[in-house]
Amino acid sequence: MAILNKEAAKALMQKVLSFSKADECEVNLRGSDGGNIRYARNAISTAGDISTLTLSVTSSFGKRSGTATINEFTDDALKRVVQRAEELAKLAPENPEYMPLNGPADFKDAPTFIEATAKITPDDRAEAVAKSINVAKEAKLEAAGFIENNTSFDAIMNSKGLFAYDTDTNVVFTITTRNAAGTGSGFAARGFNDVRKLDTDAATRIAAMKANSSADAKAIEPGKYTVILEPVAATYMLENMFRGLDARSADEGRSFMSKPGGGNRIGEQLMDEKVTIYSDPYHPDLPASTWNRDGLPVNKTTWIDKGMVKNLAYSRFWAQKKGVQAVSMPTNIIMEGGSASLEELIKSTEKGILVSRLWYIRMVDQQTLLLTGLTRDGTFYIENGKIKHPIKNLRFNESPVIMLNNVEALGKTERSISIESYRSYLIPPMKIRDFTFTSLSDAV
Amino acid sequence: MKRKDFIQLSAMGLGALALPKFAFGNPVDPSRFLNDGIDVKVKKQLADVALNAAKAKGATYADVRIGRYLNQFVTTRETRVQNIANTESFGVGIRVIANGCWGFAATNNVTKEEVAKAAERAVAVAKANSKVKAEPVQLAPQQGYGEVSWKTPIEINTFTVPVKDKVDLLLSVNDAALKGGVNFVNSAILAINEQKYFASTDGSYIDQDIHRLFPTFNVTKIDRASGKFETRKSLGNPVGMGYEYLSARPQDKVTGIITRYRDRYDMLEDVRNAAIDVEQKLKAPSVQPGKYDLILDPSHLWLTIHESVAHPTELDRVLGYEANYAGTSFLTLDKWKSGKFNFGSKLVNVVADKLQPGSLGAVGYDDEGVQCGQWDLIKDGVLVNYQAIRDQAHIIGLKHSQGCCYAQSWADVQFQRMPNVSLQPGKDPLSVDDMIKNVEKGIYIIGDGSFSIDQQRYNFQFGGQVFYEIKNGKIAGMIKDVAYQANTQEFWNSCAAIADKSDYRLGGAFNDGKGQPGQSNAVSHGSSTTRFNGVNVINTARKI
Repeated sequence: MAILNKEAAKALMQKVLSFSKADECEVNLRGSDGGNIRYARNAISTAGDISTLTLSVTSSFGKRSGTATINEFTDDALKRVVQRAEELAKLAPENPEYMPLNGPADFKDAPTFIEATAKITPDDRAEAVAKSINVAKEAKLEAAGFIENNTSFDAIMNSKGLFAYDTDTNVVFTITTRNAAGTGSGFAARGFNDVRKLDTDAATRIAAMKANSSADAKAIEPGKYTVILEPVAATYMLENMFRGLDARSADEGRSFMSKPGGGNRIGEQLMDEKVTIYSDPYHPDLPASTWNRDGLPVNKTTWIDKGMVKNLAYSRFWAQKKGVQAVSMPTNIIMEGGSASLEELIKSTEKGILVSRLWYIRMVDQQTLLLTGLTRDGTFYIENGKIKHPIKNLRFNESPVIMLNNVEALGKTERSISIESYRSYLIPPMKIRDFTFTSLSDAV
Repeated sequence: MKRKDFIQLSAMGLGALALPKFAFGNPVDPSRFLNDGIDVKVKKQLADVALNAAKAKGATYADVRIGRYLNQFVTTRETRVQNIANTESFGVGIRVIANGCWGFAATNNVTKEEVAKAAERAVAVAKANSKVKAEPVQLAPQQGYGEVSWKTPIEINTFTVPVKDKVDLLLSVNDAALKGGVNFVNSAILAINEQKYFASTDGSYIDQDIHRLFPTFNVTKIDRASGKFETRKSLGNPVGMGYEYLSARPQDKVTGIITRYRDRYDMLEDVRNAAIDVEQKLKAPSVQPGKYDLILDPSHLWLTIHESVAHPTELDRVLGYEANYAGTSFLTLDKWKSGKFNFGSKLVNVVADKLQPGSLGAVGYDDEGVQCGQWDLIKDGVLVNYQAIRDQAHIIGLKHSQGCCYAQSWADVQFQRMPNVSLQPGKDPLSVDDMIKNVEKGIYIIGDGSFSIDQQRYNFQFGGQVFYEIKNGKIAGMIKDVAYQANTQEFWNSCAAIADKSDYRLGGAFNDGKGQPGQSNAVSHGSSTTRFNGVNVINTARKI
């Protein structure tokens, strides 16, 4: 069994620490159990089932550290792994940025573990997939999809008395349906801690509706348009920005958060006033880990407050160097929304484009966070508050920072996943003016 | 990876070195790398246990991969070592067909009992899946090879080179960059050794020892007053070679406006040049958007080949198996069947190859026990073939698989991955200088940069590392903020000249991503410098 409960993990790690002779020692124990099914052409293509359990030990003498890992758990194996970490530490070069380990802290639990998700069997997965395929067949479409569930735990303990443990469950489902002629394609993505919230039938119906309504798209001229990004599109675009919420690269002058002339943009009004972005591991709709790898508690942190840069993450080393408090990178991200539904956003739009999903987003310029990518799986032209017709996909070149300066309206925040990392976020649909499309694509 | 790590790890990527993420592995003492792992006889016994257990539970076919994956990464920035990671991952993956359906299970507990249990789990997964009715899997016949082996032909095993030597090299690279005036430099050496044992119910027992190496750096120079910064990364490649790759000989250097490298790499020389380039980039004028003739160096063109030729000729994409993730392909079966689909100009010949020495894709046998080879994909501009594995070969009328099956580790199921896909050099003698002489308004691009392409591989956009404007047959100077956009078929039909074989070089990547769950594949793409006429160039400068 790869999942140890808090007491079992604690007992094992205490035993490991008792073998340590180093100045400082940190033990990390992690395990996961999971499985997946991938399907295409209305049939299952691959499926797998994997479990892992790993113990790693980092020993330090002064500023020299070494790490060793093992997946055997006899007393002899535990002694061996500690000894090996100590040998490696003695051979390692000094790390001038070494930070002494943290002492104990009060880590609270977030409701990330759901029993029902942990109990998923290969048959449950097959049944969820069968439902999805049936919807596609009824709609005379071809389904390709993926379902993956995972149960994991993670614990750290160190020689200064710190102990933290968490366990979580996750299920991710993505579905693409296409028509036989290859002229229409639709997509839906879902991610939950609790599998009881996942309805593969309903998600596939949405993908099917998009596939059928996106067929026979018309071309429009590339250029600047008002767009309505559905949450799955907005999430993918913004994830690239969330990764840059780091003070060090900003202070070093090589991030979009760098201030011309030196320093970072904390305190600067960088985006529209409608934009507030924060992280909170205790949020009931997006529970996340309450501690980080540095052994620091993760608390609610506001990153962008009404368009102003409020915080950037400081590692313990960088915080010490700058004389500020360490700020952990977020373990989840929530963007505040408005009250409008997606339908109301469309209704309020004279001319614009509804974007269901974005695809293949890559950084073009780190300085401005200019990104390029394309629309995919349902792009529609809006005229006088109504969806007029499907349009061909378009390539964009746009920066999320510029985009969040051009916010016209935000819809209700909902749970959405990034189609690249499969992480879940709480992001609203958003209406953005002057979004820059640079070329047309024939892809469906 | 624990979700907790994701944002934390990727935060390092901005402005620093974008390093590939590896599947997983456990940190180990480097002395473990000198140990050969378990004996091949023991592997055969374990493999037979798995195959027999699968058959006993009703599998009609089974294969087992016993894998030991060694990775070493040494990463540095400026004057300090950031990380020295030595990882080892060892385990067994078992794939079966039962009730006409695939099943897979893996375990890192490599005992006869646990391997047998994993085989039984794989059969149970296949049977659970067979409840979703579908056409049974049809495997192309494959002869058993008996007990055979293959090794990457290396001169120096990177894992036997002391870590200190690697640290010394990287810190001297950083020192040269800082002396050259850059503000920041990240450098790294990544090494991979896949020790793979494959056995199947067809009667093959294949032992392979595969080596790959990737030395790289990125330099950043900042103009504090304006807040602008520019970067230039290494022009070295990831290669299917040993540590000898880092001992460049005079014949490995391609001189010209920037020195580029053929079979071996001079990292120290390249970083000195990078420091000069990044300074020039800060001062260079921004490109005027419009149509230009592009002269693309192999250090850049490999990525365009990868995205616009290699991916769309993957048969699993063509058939729809990737529809939910990477997408499908515009190179549909009807275009191939017509025998006259005009992919590119007559100059365009593209070859798939799993044998090319020094390439990342070179192996003796693929991950379903098929001996590897070479075949044409695009012949005189026409689409003639795809890349297939055993359960797809019959769909394109092949009697045998083309040997394109790969899994990134023992814990991942194998599936269709691209071989090396390379543009053949021009048949007539042509130097790069002579090619440039005929260009009136053009841009010469060296090194790969940003990349993006749609889900059917029609519309793409590429950046680069350094860009030179060509005016009336002469290089006029460096420009910046360049990206080109095109439609794949139009772009390859605008191919107007290809330099001869004396200019042929490989480029490549360790981390070509595909599949769900995602897997990385290492692959190389060769070409000589090539000219494309009248391509749309945009300006990527913005203000925030």
